[in-house]
Amino acid sequence: MAEKLPKPEQLAEDIKYSPPPKDWMDPKTEFKKGTFNYSAVPSALDYLDLPNPGKWQPHDEEWPLPDNWQETVLEGMRDRLKKYRSFQVFMDICVRCGACADKCHYFIGSGDPKNMPVLRAELLRSIYRRDFTTIGKILGPLAGGRKLTVEVLKEWFFYFYQCTECRRCSVFCPYGIDTAEITMMARELMNLIGISIDWICTPAANCFRTGNHLGIQPHGFKDSVDFAVGDLEDITGIKVDVPINEKGHEILFVVPSADYFADPHYYGFLGYLALFHEIGLDYTMSSFASEGGNFGLFHSADMMKRLNAKIYAEAKRLGVKWILGGECGHMWRVLHQYMDTMNGPADFLEEPVSPITKTKFENAKSTKMVHICEFTADLIKNNKLKLDPRRNDHRVVTFHDSCNPSRAMGLLDEPRYIIEKVSNNFFEMPENTIREQTFCCGSGAGLGTDENLEMRLRGGLPRANAVKFVHDKYGVNMLACICAIDKATLPPLLEYWVPECGVCGVHELVGNALLMKGEKERDTDYRGEPMILGKKAEAETEVAQKEAKDAG
Amino acid sequence: MPWFEHGDLKLEVDEDGFIQDPSVWNEDVAKALATTEDVNDMTEDHWKLVNYLRNYYLEFGIAPMIRKLCKETGYPLKKIYELFPSGPAKGACKVAGLPKPTGCV
Repeated sequence: MAEKLPKPEQLAEDIKYSPPPKDWMDPKTEFKKGTFNYSAVPSALDYLDLPNPGKWQPHDEEWPLPDNWQETVLEGMRDRLKKYRSFQVFMDICVRCGACADKCHYFIGSGDPKNMPVLRAELLRSIYRRDFTTIGKILGPLAGGRKLTVEVLKEWFFYFYQCTECRRCSVFCPYGIDTAEITMMARELMNLIGISIDWICTPAANCFRTGNHLGIQPHGFKDSVDFAVGDLEDITGIKVDVPINEKGHEILFVVPSADYFADPHYYGFLGYLALFHEIGLDYTMSSFASEGGNFGLFHSADMMKRLNAKIYAEAKRLGVKWILGGECGHMWRVLHQYMDTMNGPADFLEEPVSPITKTKFENAKSTKMVHICEFTADLIKNNKLKLDPRRNDHRVVTFHDSCNPSRAMGLLDEPRYIIEKVSNNFFEMPENTIREQTFCCGSGAGLGTDENLEMRLRGGLPRANAVKFVHDKYGVNMLACICAIDKATLPPLLEYWVPECGVCGVHELVGNALLMKGEKERDTDYRGEPMILGKKAEAETEVAQKEAKDAG
Repeated sequence: MPWFEHGDLKLEVDEDGFIQDPSVWNEDVAKALATTEDVNDMTEDHWKLVNYLRNYYLEFGIAPMIRKLCKETGYPLKKIYELFPSGPAKGACKVAGLPKPTGCV
């Protein structure tokens, strides 16, 4: 697919922000290759007991819709307006001030006005207006109302799967309208008639079947963990122990499955294992709760709840005191904002306390689940780790705030604190592209597919542009992040826009800097790349080598 | 679903050309699928990779992690890209008849 893409300069130049001649109410949508995701396969829908499985693709003229599909969607909308007060408010309250218009990465990267959050929401609002408000019922299009037609449904599919639910726009909305929630509603309505995408439904079905999105079975999970243990031993000379499914430990550790499968996630996984060994953490992993991520969040509230349930269930079965979670983005939105009320209260767990520092994690009092960055930052703050930041001197680092840890749980300072302690070269991207205002990777919420690559490169342009800025100014060559989707999708994004810059997890940097008791002499990092310590260290090494040579 | 046809072979594939029924895989299928990946000559190196992937898949029901593939075959990632230009997951796994991995990958 890569060879069919335009050159980066050409793609950037071709983005036009002047509105198209046709009226926004015209729903006609062009499904251009590279800008949409494949449909959900029937086997995944069947597995999840979802309705209307069919063999179709978005660019097909005919979609296999049930006869009463409009009725089903409108009935679904009525139910959700009753159930979610926020949905009703978001449908009514927008004054079209336009504050959100240029805040969406997809609008910035595509120039398509229907990617302005206000207009994206209007695609759903127009149906709401016609069918659920008095003025819309009487005046129809004059009051901004539209009829729900197949063309509107196709337009919904296109644009609600061009929203990554990143919530950057909501930061700027004076009313706090959360477009992510509007997208979630639109996706739920489409799910009622079997209209969904494969990249969401297949991982969800896998997760239901084997405990993780990738469909890794328990013996495969163990094989991957065993391999990581062996690999870490080859690198450091230290054999760590990673308990799996063992009862009687203090902590259950849950990670996104890509951490023990994909690259560069895996190097951060090595970092966790080295860290836990070094501090002697009493923990276990689980092959049942072998996924912290939750693609159900991108599907529906029900699916999210079904997939999330295993975490508390497994914590209870294994008899742990509390739960520690790895580097993952949307996982933390689910854990921090929904888990406690969806599948809790987890009153069989204890309020998390670090066994090493005795710090109480007050913010996790209710969920009983602590983010690895909070945990590690606390260890560093209390001088519990021996770190040599020079071992990351070959990296000039910047930090990408993942949308959900930053905007959904306020995890802004802990990763930065860690990076500053484990590396010597850290530079921030411009302030309107980080922290609460961070730009999405362009591939979240289930959109990180190959077939959608052009749209991902467009949506990721604002993030890549900020990386390019610090690359050009400070020589940044490594983008650190704490999200598995980031680690999967930022590498191709940067390869396209800023090829000189790599991507790593924060705990990869931690692992490289961590001085382990009894470790063998190391001159390469976890990736096998040579570590180049600071100039002073280099000079010292040279002198020592010369002395040794002279003596020898 | 689209179909892939090559000589006498006719196989159901997904939109990206991955075979739908992994059990129909054999060496002829691999050779035919390789042509869709710009690999017209399956050398010993190609087979070593494909057979490793295939055997891992039969045992574990999924592809191995890339790091493991590199370490156990002895091929650095660069070499794998030379053998299969679309890479280990999209190129080599497709030829080995494995399904596409999904999720945060």
